[in-house]
Amino acid sequence: MKELLIIAIGSALVNNVVLSQFLGICPFLGVSKKVETAAGMGGAVVFVITIASFVTGLIYKYLLANPAILGGRLVYLQTIVFILVIACLVQFVEMFLKKSMPSLYKALGVYLPLITTNCAVLGVALTNVQKEYNILTGVINGFGTAVGFLVAIVIMAGIREKIETNTGIPESFKGTPIVLVTAALMSIAFFGFSGLI
Amino acid sequence: MNNCTERLYNGLVKENPTFVLMLGMCPTLAVTTSAVNGVGMGLSTTVVLVLSNMLISMLRKIIPDSVRMPAFIVVVASFVTIVQFLLQGFVPSLYSSLGLYIPLIVVNCIILGRAESYASKNPVVPSIFDGIGMGLGFTVGLTCIGIVRELIGSGKIFGVQIMPSSYEPITIFILAPGAFLVLSALVALQNKIKAKTAKTAAGSAETSSAAEE
Repeated sequence: MKELLIIAIGSALVNNVVLSQFLGICPFLGVSKKVETAAGMGGAVVFVITIASFVTGLIYKYLLANPAILGGRLVYLQTIVFILVIACLVQFVEMFLKKSMPSLYKALGVYLPLITTNCAVLGVALTNVQKEYNILTGVINGFGTAVGFLVAIVIMAGIREKIETNTGIPESFKGTPIVLVTAALMSIAFFGFSGLI
Repeated sequence: MNNCTERLYNGLVKENPTFVLMLGMCPTLAVTTSAVNGVGMGLSTTVVLVLSNMLISMLRKIIPDSVRMPAFIVVVASFVTIVQFLLQGFVPSLYSSLGLYIPLIVVNCIILGRAESYASKNPVVPSIFDGIGMGLGFTVGLTCIGIVRELIGSGKIFGVQIMPSSYEPITIFILAPGAFLVLSALVALQNKIKAKTAKTAAGSAETSSAAEE
């Protein structure tokens, strides 16, 4: 139990996916103009990454690395298989939510298709393999990572809403540069968590 | 062949993926702790980009429109896997320092973006040059960031000591926050140049911006 907690906190705060591993920068910069949309995107990411790390974990263990199938030599296909699985999964999740949970679908709808290009999803799947996590720790790692993304993007959106009304920003720093400076400061702040574990 | 040089110029300057389009930000920020890593990542991406542009352009009349995205992804992922094993076999030091970001070339928006917007609509040769131009533009962007970060963060460029030994390296520039800071400074610089060229006369502006590039 203690080990799982360490993995979760480690992936959510200490090795924050956006601010220290640089995965999922595109949505982090693109969809962080408003707190509401940022929270929607973050929620969708938590949902998809958690499921994706479970499914890719299963596929890796029982299909690719299974000694019974070609002696586990299919491992080299992992990148291709994972990215296809994630793309299909996003489609499937979208259809499933549309039918069975229309309210959640409405809240997440627009953001779901965008997630296929979020490299955090593939990043988590590959990290799980690299660190030899089993399925449970892999899912916990995925969930923690996604929560880290949610926290980072919501904080960023909150700061950006304030920045918009600030008139003290130099002309050439307006737009993307000031957002990047904000990200740098957040990244420094997140260094503070490294004492946690 | 005029079209081909135009493609090269387009990728390197006019639509530079790093500074103008702001695509593929994840590897841009993650691997640029040194100039060598920047060059390595940029060239790996270039190879994948050229090969995938070529193949997708060849197959553009065969791939049905409705399944083009999955088809593109499979093509790109195959080339990425090949590049990954080549690097692992021949340049193990680069392979270990780029690590996770080599398989992540698959989800680099530049590659799918070029496949979708250029290679799937144009003949093979211009597509190859489009890939070369875009890839080199990306390499130049990564190398610039890598050089700045390495120089400030460890006083070296390409591993060669540049700063005098009394220089105290500002380590934060090779850590995560430094990536954001350097990129923001470079984009702000670019904005500044753009604002200046917009003000001054068109003729002299073009030469000065060309010199800056």
